[in-house]
Amino acid sequence: MHLQFEIEGGDFSAAGEASSEVKKTLKQLNIPPVLVRRIAVALYEAEVNVVAHAYRGVMEVDISGGGIYVKLKDKGPGIENIDRAMEEGFSTASDKVREMGFGAGMGLPNIKKNCDEMKLTSTPGVGTTLELTINF
Amino acid sequence: MEKKNLKKLIDDLGFTCVANENLLDREVNSAYVSDLLSDVMGKAQPQMLWVTSQIHKNIVAVASLIELSAIVIVNERKPDEDMLKLAQEEGVVVLTSDNPAFETAGLLYNYLNTAP
Repeated sequence: MHLQFEIEGGDFSAAGEASSEVKKTLKQLNIPPVLVRRIAVALYEAEVNVVAHAYRGVMEVDISGGGIYVKLKDKGPGIENIDRAMEEGFSTASDKVREMGFGAGMGLPNIKKNCDEMKLTSTPGVGTTLELTINF
Repeated sequence: MEKKNLKKLIDDLGFTCVANENLLDREVNSAYVSDLLSDVMGKAQPQMLWVTSQIHKNIVAVASLIELSAIVIVNERKPDEDMLKLAQEEGVVVLTSDNPAFETAGLLYNYLNTAP
């Protein structure tokens, strides 16, 4: 099964809609709740990263009998130093975003914890691509 | 031990339900206190209450995705219609407490750790 979602940078009112749709689909497919939760957490954090940092992005989701693969490609400022971005507590989020309770520097670590595989690549000034796999 | 549901909890602790009064038969086992969304996403467990002073729409998505029992908004803060409408749609129970976070968490801690 293939699903695709457009994510608009800066649009916090819609943040979480794609993750929520994927979660509903996984529940319909009777995927165990523990796995659904891990996927929902990882996708929400990834979606919020695009909303908080990028101009726009596309989330592509492939669900098969063996697991879920997600590719989130955005156009945006990119990440200068991926190792630093992965550190818990490190964030470049704006004050406005932090006031909402985002930007605690826990998003990428949360994604990593909940995925079986995670690949993050970025070109500063162009954009970032995040690939995730969670096995069923 | 008989589990506590939201209906009994709000009656006993004096919280107000502002969204999804029809879902107050939900059980509650514990609570998590944080205003950081990723902290809640990563650590709070299903059926927990979430005690927060955030009132914007995004807390609804978080509560829904990780299947929390309810959100408890502290300090007499009132969420707007937009937020409450989304909560209704997503089946997220929203409660309000007139007390600050520390007092609210204290009330809940004693209540949830005492036999009914």
